Amino acid sequence: MKRLLQIAVSALALGSAPALAQDVTITNARLVLGDGGAPIEGGTVVVRGGSVVYAGPASGAPTGGASVDAGGAWVTPGLFATVTSLGLSDVSAVSESNDISARGTPFSAALDTATAINPASQHILVHRASGITRAATTTMPAGSIFAGQGAIIDLDGDANPVMQARAFQMINLGEGGAQRAGGSRVAAYALLSAALREAQALVGKSGIPQTTEITKDDDVLLTRFDAEALVPVVTGRQKLYVAVERAADIRAVLGLKAQYPRLDMVLVGANEGWLVADAIAAAGVPVIADGLTDLPETFEQLGATQSNAGRLARAGVKVALNASTMQDPRRLQQVAGNLVALTRMPGATGMDWGKAFAAISSVPADISGMGGKAGVLKPGALGDVVMWDGDPLEVGSVPTRVFIGGVEQNLENHQTGLRDRYRNLDESARPKAYDW
Amino acid sequence: MLSNKKLRVRLGAFATLASALALGACATTGTAGGTAGDAASTEGDDKKFAAMVESDGVFASTYKPYPNIATALKGATIYDGRGGMIENGVIFFSGGKIVSVGGPDTPIPADIAVFDGTGKFVTPGIIDIHSHLGDYPSPSVQAHSDGNEATSPTTPEVWAEHSVWPQDPGFSRALANGGITSLQILPGSANLMGGRSVTVKNVPARTVQGMKFPAAPYGFKMACGENPKRVYGARGRMPSTRMGNFAVNRETWLGAINYANDPKAKRDLGKETLVGVLKGDILVHNHCYRADEMALVLDMAKEMGYKVSAFHHAVEAYKIGDLLKENDVCSAIWADWYGFKMESYDGIMENAAFLQREGACVVIHSDDKNDIQRLNQEAAKAQAAGLRLGIDIPDATAIQWITYNAAKAMGIEDMTGSLEVGKMADVVLWNGDPLSVYSRPEKVWIDGALMFDATNPKMRPVSDFELGQPGEGDVK
Repeated sequence: MKRLLQIAVSALALGSAPALAQDVTITNARLVLGDGGAPIEGGTVVVRGGSVVYAGPASGAPTGGASVDAGGAWVTPGLFATVTSLGLSDVSAVSESNDISARGTPFSAALDTATAINPASQHILVHRASGITRAATTTMPAGSIFAGQGAIIDLDGDANPVMQARAFQMINLGEGGAQRAGGSRVAAYALLSAALREAQALVGKSGIPQTTEITKDDDVLLTRFDAEALVPVVTGRQKLYVAVERAADIRAVLGLKAQYPRLDMVLVGANEGWLVADAIAAAGVPVIADGLTDLPETFEQLGATQSNAGRLARAGVKVALNASTMQDPRRLQQVAGNLVALTRMPGATGMDWGKAFAAISSVPADISGMGGKAGVLKPGALGDVVMWDGDPLEVGSVPTRVFIGGVEQNLENHQTGLRDRYRNLDESARPKAYDW
Repeated sequence: MLSNKKLRVRLGAFATLASALALGACATTGTAGGTAGDAASTEGDDKKFAAMVESDGVFASTYKPYPNIATALKGATIYDGRGGMIENGVIFFSGGKIVSVGGPDTPIPADIAVFDGTGKFVTPGIIDIHSHLGDYPSPSVQAHSDGNEATSPTTPEVWAEHSVWPQDPGFSRALANGGITSLQILPGSANLMGGRSVTVKNVPARTVQGMKFPAAPYGFKMACGENPKRVYGARGRMPSTRMGNFAVNRETWLGAINYANDPKAKRDLGKETLVGVLKGDILVHNHCYRADEMALVLDMAKEMGYKVSAFHHAVEAYKIGDLLKENDVCSAIWADWYGFKMESYDGIMENAAFLQREGACVVIHSDDKNDIQRLNQEAAKAQAAGLRLGIDIPDATAIQWITYNAAKAMGIEDMTGSLEVGKMADVVLWNGDPLSVYSRPEKVWIDGALMFDATNPKMRPVSDFELGQPGEGDVK
């Protein structure tokens, strides 16, 4: 019994021991900085105290300390996945394990994603092993047009996944928002307008908010707590992610800035963005675009094309790739690679390799308020470094080593356990259950 | 949406009334002749009524290969679909059929169209064994939701082709971006027995008959596990459990066997399909995620006397690769889908490689209007996962997963799925290695007719739905 207790105690200690950031120097890398540029052959990256102190040609690197020879392997910043639900569910179709949306709650804008992130989620472990080191993760709208407040998280699996709580509010102003607002875009705009007016009235006030609840039948579309949660949106202290697809809807959303000049907006989806690319660029609003959506799945995206992201970027719009419409965020690299493929297709507009990689690293980080910190290798950035077994945008390439904040990560998870168990089907000695 | 419908009904009250009357008239006529197929009528002038039977060719294919010219591709790397690879190869097709395939010295006639394939790759037309294009078309509005007759747990009487909307823009995306030349369109998985599938050539057509793959056998869609028990359990009816799933299936098969053995039985559309399965004319495609359930299905198939052609979405197939090999059943799988529902929790990237290690048949499928545009990339992912464990699957074999193996499980492997002399000239010329994310189809031929050419904007099919809409004829 005593021995058992000892084991339990030491296991506990192991689990809770804070992982220490290592000083890491990686040399002889095909080094990708994530800033949109081309890879640097024979590059060196140096991480000290959890942060990058150098990334570039070997010639300029500080000397001293042990180093890892990458042997020419690709080395990149960690990928930044944006608009994900990482950490919010175990199995999305198992409702009790799923915190992505809550149809039964009266709250909407007040929902705070940071309260539910599970750093031990298998999805976090699987995506970490896919080279994603940071993510913007959010609840999704259910009862109202407001999704709630998303968080910026890391994927290192320690006790503190949340880097920034309440980093952005998300709202749907397309067909989805219209349905949730009661059945029309007009209703969605009326609700938005009322909500922002209530929020505006609360600016600078403290104590219990004095606002009117907006309800319809049994549905609560806006509580006073939601109105209060929108105060940082109207004052521009919290970003507003607007999910919208149709060209006309995008124009209407851009027009909101006339009425609420302090809104710090980001468009999400924007499948018809290419039709209004100049207007988006002129407004200086970034876009988190679906990479490969090319079907008129709804009437709000009749003009969908895989060239959308490339055309937006060409017009001068800051474009990141949207993980929420992918089968899983670990497809970010594949989607970015497909945008490179488009550069070889007559009539299509894609992105060159460096820009495509930036669209899944530095650009989404920048849009998330993590510019210069995440998704990029440069002095002062977080020590998120990934070494790959091949071209990171090529299908089939996976990380061989992942560092988050200078801490080397374990790349094992439920899937690797199954993989190792079923390397063969031999049960001649014992059943598979003994093989672990 | 609901209130919209109400509004429409109110506005159109008069029209509704009129059409209801018309419908009534129609129904009356229908009653008089409706059962005529079952037995001869002796009424009046002794005219006998009889419906055609399947062997008469009901809903027959009207597809004919489009005009084509003798064509040769020279200098490309050719994957033949059966595991063979030819560097600097030559393929020559004429009259819609493949005439010769070989190395650089393969003779070709003078005065034919010759394309330089240097640096490019040639594969058979890609085949998706699991699609719902047309049955769940774009735009995916409720009015288009035609893939699941989810009103009874067994609907063997329905045929997917009766739901296919040939104007689904998804067909053209699958052609242009995925090099898809043939696909199987299946009913959904709400039901234990969802109905017949249809195999089509991926050619734009005004009617589904104009797409139907001539002489392709029908498939029969079945589904294990969570979906049927959830859909019907939620309605308080059987099945609500996995054991209920099996009980309903077995009872239904027994009914079909009794029907087959009863020479006096009245025609029954559902049982005709089930008997087609028992005879081996219709191939079973069984949606089934979990290894243990697949093993039970194999025993049920033995008990009732039919064969499973392929398990679809078989995310746990890797746990029973030996059993699947022994039973000669293909596994139609994704490369990386996992964890979205309980029965997909054990999905791993090595599924295909582990099956290949056992010598079992692997097919990579999409079940998705987007992934059907990239089956080549999905195959590449599954191949790479194997290589990381030392399972070295040749590129030509990975291509076989999305060509010949799919054709085999669909029963069309004697006609398409590989580049062999005499077979249909379903051919894709890729602008690079098809197992790379950076490659796309440059040209696609179906039965020797050029149906897509990336270098010619007018060679991109545009469905009726897309005419006059934003982005008509865009690269997509």
